[in-house]
Amino acid sequence: MADTTAPRPARPVSRFESVSAMRFALLVGVGAFVIAAITDVSPSPQRVAEGMPRILSLLDRMLPPETDPAFLQRMGWRLVETMQIAVAGTAIGVLLSLPIAWISARGVTPAPALSYVAKGLVSLFRTVPDLVWALIFVVSVGLGAVAGTMTIIVDTIGFCGRFFAEAMEDADTQPQEALAATGASRFNILCAAVIPDAMPSLINTTLFALEMAVRSSVVLGLVGAGGIGQELKSAFDLFQYQKASAIILAVFVIVLAMEWLTDRLRKQVS
Amino acid sequence: MLSPPDPLIAVKGLAKTYPGGPPVLRDVSLSIRDGESVALIGANGSGKSTLLKCLVGLHDISGGSVAALGERFQTRPGATQRRAIRRQTGFVFQHHGLVRRLSALSNVVHGFLGQPGSWRAFCQSLAPQSWREAAQETLGAVNLAHKAEARVDALSGGQAQRVAIARALVGKPRLLIADEPTASLDPAAGHDVMGLFCELARNENITLIFTSHDMDHAQRYGERIVALKDGGIHFDKPSGEVRDGDLAGVFDG
Ligand SMILES: Nc1ncnc2c1ncn2[C@@H]1O[C@H](COP(=O)(O)OP(=O)(O)O)[C@@H](O)[C@H]1O
Ligand SMILES: [Mg+2]
Repeated sequence: MADTTAPRPARPVSRFESVSAMRFALLVGVGAFVIAAITDVSPSPQRVAEGMPRILSLLDRMLPPETDPAFLQRMGWRLVETMQIAVAGTAIGVLLSLPIAWISARGVTPAPALSYVAKGLVSLFRTVPDLVWALIFVVSVGLGAVAGTMTIIVDTIGFCGRFFAEAMEDADTQPQEALAATGASRFNILCAAVIPDAMPSLINTTLFALEMAVRSSVVLGLVGAGGIGQELKSAFDLFQYQKASAIILAVFVIVLAMEWLTDRLRKQVS
Repeated sequence: MLSPPDPLIAVKGLAKTYPGGPPVLRDVSLSIRDGESVALIGANGSGKSTLLKCLVGLHDISGGSVAALGERFQTRPGATQRRAIRRQTGFVFQHHGLVRRLSALSNVVHGFLGQPGSWRAFCQSLAPQSWREAAQETLGAVNLAHKAEARVDALSGGQAQRVAIARALVGKPRLLIADEPTASLDPAAGHDVMGLFCELARNENITLIFTSHDMDHAQRYGERIVALKDGGIHFDKPSGEVRDGDLAGVFDG
């Protein structure tokens, strides 16, 4: 006879454990949207097959990259300008992020009422993409590097404002209380306890911001906000594909070098 | 006839309730004279830390009044009063509360943060020579002169607590408040720290208020023992007069 002492489930366990009607409907809806999206906008094999020869012929026209010294020299200066946009934008952005993060950081802020305003501003800066900011600044201050720098500043505040605030909120609270007991003001506590404690995290965030700034300063020129991107766009517009490939190659090297450098610095901090 | 001088601290009918909690202190009255050394005892959660923090306005009080170092307030001290009280008070916590990534010397210089020109106390390299010398000297008084440049995270628990004491003393306070300064130390380091406190307090004529849940510490290092229980004062007498019978019930909540 079968052993009847072991308790058995009253009925077999369903494979679909906890799918409520609501969730099922949601699942079907999301699935339908994904399938519709794929059929609408993703490349069909046919389109890829037709495009292939054109990509190959474009590659063929891009090679070899342009090596004319006068051209290379001009591109060199454009690259320098690109780096300047990235570095100046990051530096100013980081400096502005510090007070904004201070105001928005819970428990550290000198003005809790303004905390949400600061957080909202940072969210706005972060969620609107950089090319949109670049368009806005090109329209308002004109074509060129200044618009690019302003874009990077806004971008950096969107990123650093958030992560600086998180680092400040995570700083050890015991020294903060101890310094308050000695009569230190909120600003004193920020400078003497919060920032030293959060320093590794602040530096890390800054290095990430710089890396992102280099990458986006390259494309800002596409909408006229200065830097090497402007040359890239005109090379494409004028069908000068050998120049374009030289620029792409240079950008590749610069971004890679920047990543390598910030990685090295990050390792030193931790 | 001369009237007796005002006490350094006079607490009258103090009540404290944290938002959304039960009353912690109901009716505490206490006065402490200049130069006294008072041990505050009581079970965990009896409100010792709360009382000490209320004295310097780290928490608002819910009832009664506090007069500390000549500043009388209800609810909370005004900004000027708070500065005046804290400038003359050194506060040592159970956890050292030092900034770990800074040197011992910088942490001691932080003791000047309540003074005018306080931005120069952010770290030792910004500090004026007189502050750096005072900090160095105070580190010497807690026997840590050789650790001035060491970062706090490289110090032992006892050393860190002594740096915290130096930070509390560097501004030459009249009042030293120590909330379980030895709780995170081993017994030997605990006695070192308490001995140091009493010696420094006696030499500089600093009034000392400390809490401890170690009865031995309280009797050995306090001239007077104040016991908190059920939100009020259970007894308040010179430590020589405390009998075993007094202690019954103090530590069992
Ligand atoms: N910041 C706070 N917010 C709310 N409740 C608190 C806070 N600090 C202490 N308490 C409560 O007040 C009571 C007394 O705490 P405390 O003063 O730390 O006692 P003790 O120092 O004697 O152990 C405890 O019940 C504790 O939970
Ligand atoms: Mg306590």
